[in-house]
Amino acid sequence: MAVGVLATLAAGCSGPENDQNSLRPQGPAADRIHGLFVPIVAIAIVVGILVLLGTFYVALRFRSRAADENPKQIHGSTPLEIGWTIVPAVVLAVIAVPTVATIFALDDPPKGDDVLEVRVVGKQWWWEFEYPDEKVVTANELYIPVGTKVRLDLTACDSSLGAEGTASYCNVIHSFWVPELAGKQDVIPGRSQGLTIEADHTGTYLGQCAEYCGLSHANMRFRVIAVERSEYDAWIREQQAGPAVPLNRPAPEGETGPPAGEAQDLVQNTFACTGCHVFDDAETSSYGPNLTHLASRETFASGSFELNRDNLIDWVLDAPSMIPMESKDCRLPPPATCVGMPSFIKDTPEPASEYPVMTRDQAETIVDYLLALK
Amino acid sequence: MAQEIAARPAATPAARGEDAHGGVGVTNTKLGMWLFLSSDCLFFGAFISAFLLYRGRDQAGPKPSDVFDIPFTSATSFILLMSSLTMVLALAAIQRGDHRRVRIWLLATALFGATFIGGQIFEFTEFSREGLKLDTNLFGSSFFVLTGLHGAHVTAGIVWLLSLWGLSLQGLLPTENAEKVEVAGLYWHFVDVVWIVIFTLVYLMPT
Amino acid sequence: MATATEVKPLPVVLRRPRATQGFWSWFTTVDHKKIGIMYSVTALAFFVIGGIEALLIRVQLAGPDGTLLTASQYNQLFTMHGTTMVFLMGMPLAVGIANYLIPLQIGARDVAFPRLNAFGYWVLVAGGLFLYSSFLFGGAPDGGWFGYTPLTSAPIAAGALPGHGPDYWAIGIAMLGIGSTTSAINFLVTIINMRAPGMTLMRMPVFTWMMFVVAFLTLFAIPIVTAALIMVYFDRNLGTGFFVGGVGGDPLLYQHLFWLFGHPEVYILILPGMGIVSEILPTFSKKPLFGYAVVVFSGIAIGFLGWGVWAHHMFATGLGPVAISAFALSTMLIAIPTGVKIFNWLGTVWGGSVRLATPMLFALGFIGQFTIGGLSGVLHSVVPSDTQQTDTYFVVAHFHYVLFGGLVFGIFGGLYYWFPKIYGRYMDERLGKLNFWTMVIGFNLTFFPMHFLGLWGLPRRTYRYDSGMGWDTLNLVATIGAFTIAVSTLVFLVNAIVSRHRGAPAPADAWDGRSLEWSIPSPPPEYNFAEIPTVHARDDFWHRKYTEDDDGRLVRLPAGGAVAVEERPTGGDDGGHGAPGGEHIHMPSPSFFPLVLASGLPFLGYAAVWKDVLWAIPGAALVLFGMYAWAMEPPTAEDS
Repeated sequence: MAVGVLATLAAGCSGPENDQNSLRPQGPAADRIHGLFVPIVAIAIVVGILVLLGTFYVALRFRSRAADENPKQIHGSTPLEIGWTIVPAVVLAVIAVPTVATIFALDDPPKGDDVLEVRVVGKQWWWEFEYPDEKVVTANELYIPVGTKVRLDLTACDSSLGAEGTASYCNVIHSFWVPELAGKQDVIPGRSQGLTIEADHTGTYLGQCAEYCGLSHANMRFRVIAVERSEYDAWIREQQAGPAVPLNRPAPEGETGPPAGEAQDLVQNTFACTGCHVFDDAETSSYGPNLTHLASRETFASGSFELNRDNLIDWVLDAPSMIPMESKDCRLPPPATCVGMPSFIKDTPEPASEYPVMTRDQAETIVDYLLALK
Repeated sequence: MAQEIAARPAATPAARGEDAHGGVGVTNTKLGMWLFLSSDCLFFGAFISAFLLYRGRDQAGPKPSDVFDIPFTSATSFILLMSSLTMVLALAAIQRGDHRRVRIWLLATALFGATFIGGQIFEFTEFSREGLKLDTNLFGSSFFVLTGLHGAHVTAGIVWLLSLWGLSLQGLLPTENAEKVEVAGLYWHFVDVVWIVIFTLVYLMPT
Repeated sequence: MATATEVKPLPVVLRRPRATQGFWSWFTTVDHKKIGIMYSVTALAFFVIGGIEALLIRVQLAGPDGTLLTASQYNQLFTMHGTTMVFLMGMPLAVGIANYLIPLQIGARDVAFPRLNAFGYWVLVAGGLFLYSSFLFGGAPDGGWFGYTPLTSAPIAAGALPGHGPDYWAIGIAMLGIGSTTSAINFLVTIINMRAPGMTLMRMPVFTWMMFVVAFLTLFAIPIVTAALIMVYFDRNLGTGFFVGGVGGDPLLYQHLFWLFGHPEVYILILPGMGIVSEILPTFSKKPLFGYAVVVFSGIAIGFLGWGVWAHHMFATGLGPVAISAFALSTMLIAIPTGVKIFNWLGTVWGGSVRLATPMLFALGFIGQFTIGGLSGVLHSVVPSDTQQTDTYFVVAHFHYVLFGGLVFGIFGGLYYWFPKIYGRYMDERLGKLNFWTMVIGFNLTFFPMHFLGLWGLPRRTYRYDSGMGWDTLNLVATIGAFTIAVSTLVFLVNAIVSRHRGAPAPADAWDGRSLEWSIPSPPPEYNFAEIPTVHARDDFWHRKYTEDDDGRLVRLPAGGAVAVEERPTGGDDGGHGAPGGEHIHMPSPSFFPLVLASGLPFLGYAAVWKDVLWAIPGAALVLFGMYAWAMEPPTAEDS
């Protein structure tokens, strides 16, 4: 029965299966951390209970029962002082050894030919993932093959930031945290650091930015999607392919090219989406997420919304109403202050001829085009 | 452990609220100044650390060797160093009651300090002309903030010294107030020592 | 020889204030007791304000997808909550109690620099008003209470944090730092130079000892953060590159500088609470503090070691395994003196005659809750675990356990303990117990669940969270706990206000205490001690009342022969200047100029925030006038 109670407690303590729970590790790094955590927290709980019981005990056992009690005036005890200095020191030393060992073990970059390298760039307020060897750039959903070590290079310097006065700021500090696979590591402008993740089982593991980065810090999520190797290879090939629907950029001077369709005209000319996004090249980093294969993703807006027609239409029309952003001036040319995606129906800049308000029809056209970008 | 019974307590100078000479044998005012200066050490330490950390990390903009005029800065540094000497002379003067000399040495100290500041202003305008400003690069940022804050400290000291000079002129700085000069002297010497550190680490030490 | 000061009478407005009683006297007082009360009342007001900010946060987070607050409002509220509780509540409340008590505990009449003392208080008011005015002028700071760069240091044009919030924050905290530094200098000089004859350092009460350590920490930590804040301001407004990654600057430099301040800062916050507990436990156990020397040296050790652990706030920043391991070990090391103190406290109560009055309850609560917070701190020192726990609700639980469950409980214990000394009346015991129990229940309901929320994946500083993550119930529990804390605070305020005038009268020695403050009347006269005592032992006042037999049991000494308690001098509403024996005691005179000088600082602050030189003119004028007038004014008026 005691085992049952403890098991229930342990399960209860383990908490919900929400795909973001550090107490339910699903990969070797998180496992190793958990393996260190559990015995140490057990020690801490025991010590805590002993001290709490001790506090209750001394308070109650020695309660004065008469006004003229005369307790012995003990001033101290050298043996006790030595004892209760040495015992905690020993306990801490015992904890320190595996701690340091684990620090070094987790810091060691993985070796072998099979290591997948991915560059993670933290932006406000979404995550860009670049597969340098595979020449793929995507956003917010990190596909990895199950059982494979993935070495992440975490940075916040954003090569796409070119607006005058802002480029040198790279971005702000974020933190990459997918609890069921690994501990968090900060993403710091001007620095790059490594983190190794690996998933034991296929599945989707949720992650969230864990360093306050401004207005929509709470909305800056991502997911790590671990799939069988064959499925991963197929996904990579899909991402490496050209756009399912051509953008039909304007032809260079003196040449003629295919005419832009209505959607392509809207995104390139009317609403200048191409100012921040890339629609036809899966290798390029951009201010906003690369949309070349948007329709291959499950979610958008940094993992906040399910990728479906209605959500996308709402987003394209008035993104700031769905995720708070500092984007009122984003349609204006640099050096306007701009973080995020502007609304195309509210707070639009003047004059309206240059910055038209988007109609629902136009939004639907754009979204249908986006949904075709598999 | 039997304890003595307290006898009727006696009154002491501290009871009259006078500056006590307890503890470390230094008056309250002097001890207060020493503590303030030790705090100020860490303040400058932070900026000096930033400067040293960022040394050599610039990819653009002028480098120290491009703009520094060591002979010139050595001359102004020497003047600041001499001002510490005149400060000591001012203190010696008031301690022996020679109020005319106090004013001379206080004024000299302030003038030397002002010369140093003048030299810095000249130096910084030269740097600016040569393309090194506060926002040019890390060298510009860390250099100007560090030396600027030091210059602000010197300027405050000059104002303080001139105030003492003015007080003495009006007969309001008697010999029993010598500690006022001593405390100003402590501050002034501190500012000088900080400059020696800055001059050594920033100007003289090669990258 | 020089002549004496000139005798021209000054115009009315500049004539030195004389009153030491009455409403207006509070603005010009230099009496450490009045200043201590002002610090404490102001800090408690900020406790309520910071608490309201917390309640708003908790209502927003009571359920998923909260809609009470926008993201921007939430971000301002959590920033101001942290900033308020650390700089406007925690530090000033400790300084206030210390201000009142230190001279009394060491047998002095006042602190070393009474006008500087008043100045420190008015800087608190100036800085607090300046910071809060930001709500009215474009938005409060929203970069978090530690304001990491480049979020706070990127220029407005980069859009990271638009508006002036970060500027108010940087300048406001720098401004408050001026007051902290002056009060630290004051306490240090007072303790070093003004102890009564016979009071060696090792005979000082533990609270004074802890404030001695705290003052050193303050003196050396504040300049570091001031430098960091200046760099933030310059980066944001003047184009420097201190924290600009793209030009070779390092945002981590800020974190190193901030936490070099920030970690000693948390010891600045907790040591006063530890000192208070070390005073309360012996009194209510009728036993001396167990291991006094060890408790004192542990406090000193914590003060020293606290400088060597700062990067444990940076374990996820990629410092490299060697540096990280070093800081993990130094952090574990500091747990040892901390634990030793806890054991000594338990040893104090063990075998005693324990009165569970309200101060004692709060002190015991401190022990239990601080222990929990300390243990979660040890868990944080285990770096791999920390990479899961940091920046989540787990660390929020940790620091609230040590700072609220620890420091605030200790402070409340101290307030109940010393209230009778300050006002000559006890606080109501039944309300006190209600206060305690609602606070214990509320506090633990609020913060214990957060350990789980953090481990289950909820990051901190998030204005909303998703439904379906299993976080809903515990968040709701935490919100209920927060409102329970609010009720408890109301009970305290009612108790304080009612007891002030209607509490049971308290004698000088309200609790059969051990230290010198209990030897003078309640409330104390302006001059504290009619005659400065000569101290012969630690707990000197106790030893005037009791001696010990061979078995270590107390033997009460006969009254008469030895002066146990000074009687309040009879007759004369003379502001307390009279004394037995007719000796007229000169106390430092009141002064306008601390207030004048402090009032110039916000103007300078606005000039810096709005980059408008015009505002600097009245600021500079007030500061310069204040400084000169203060310097020319003697500490004690000629005709007092």
